[in-house]
Amino acid sequence: MNGLPMAQIKPGDWLTLLAGALLTAFLVFTLWQGGAADKAVIRSGGKIFREAPLSRDQIIEVPGPLGISRIAIHNRQARIAADPSPRQYCVRQGWLKQAGEISICLPNQVSVELSGKRKNYDSLNY
Amino acid sequence: MTASTTENPWEGGRGKREGKPTSSILLATTAEDHHVARMAALALGLSVLEAAIPSPLPGVKPGLANIVTLIVLARYGWRTAAWVSVLRVVAGSLLLGNFLAPGFFLSLSGAVFSLAVLAVSQHLPQRWFGPVTHSIFAAFAHIAGQLLLVYFWLIPHVGLLYLVPIFAAAALVFGTVNGLIAAHYLNEPQVTVARPTFGSISSDLK
Repeated sequence: MNGLPMAQIKPGDWLTLLAGALLTAFLVFTLWQGGAADKAVIRSGGKIFREAPLSRDQIIEVPGPLGISRIAIHNRQARIAADPSPRQYCVRQGWLKQAGEISICLPNQVSVELSGKRKNYDSLNY
Repeated sequence: MTASTTENPWEGGRGKREGKPTSSILLATTAEDHHVARMAALALGLSVLEAAIPSPLPGVKPGLANIVTLIVLARYGWRTAAWVSVLRVVAGSLLLGNFLAPGFFLSLSGAVFSLAVLAVSQHLPQRWFGPVTHSIFAAFAHIAGQLLLVYFWLIPHVGLLYLVPIFAAAALVFGTVNGLIAAHYLNEPQVTVARPTFGSISSDLK
């Protein structure tokens, strides 16, 4: 036995350990910053129904084949508050917080996706 | 290793009785081959043991078998370590039943990338860099090799990037731990235990 495990570490090993930790931290910061979301893209039947900023709290009603889906925006978060779909998967998904998160109600063909600045646009319309 | 067709000395008696010589294939093996096989078997044992440990995320495993690779690398050089590592991957997949399945290729690409990095890192000055360094490098290379294969073959989706930090953290932690274990064994005074039977596998570590 050589006593404490720390005794096995040579000076260069600490350097490697530090480099590994820095690399891991770098990966966390670059890959997990999905970017703060700044708007909700609401789609109905595959087409963009509306793009709503997250800065203003509101409730948006979206018509679909089954009825009206109600989308709530509150405190820079968005969720589908009510939906006529039978299994309510999208409602149970709860609040969307980060850019890239998406909630889809397939039966009513309604979806909400949060997007941030870093998301690449396929096209821009005014 | 050379394969040669000879008369099998063990079955000579029966063969002679029939009046024909019995022919069989014998592999002429060297002591080094036996040594590689023993170390690979030890690594194999660790792989199988590890397969029984549940993992929170597919691919996040301690990689205990790499401890053997590290020890072999330090004691007997890169060539032997490469033999042990690749034999362990192939034989391990046969034991676990995923030979030529995606899991096998993931292990293989991880092992090949690790070995490539170890081929370089083994030349670092030994005074400053020990098994912990090699282990961390190999762990990161392992995960990089696997992720590249996953991305280009299995899941070509950028969503994979989301998992990279988890794998990197696992590589850092398990790489360090495995390196410490390897360093611990390497720092022990070398004892040659001449036990001819079952003990000979474990005595190789000492």
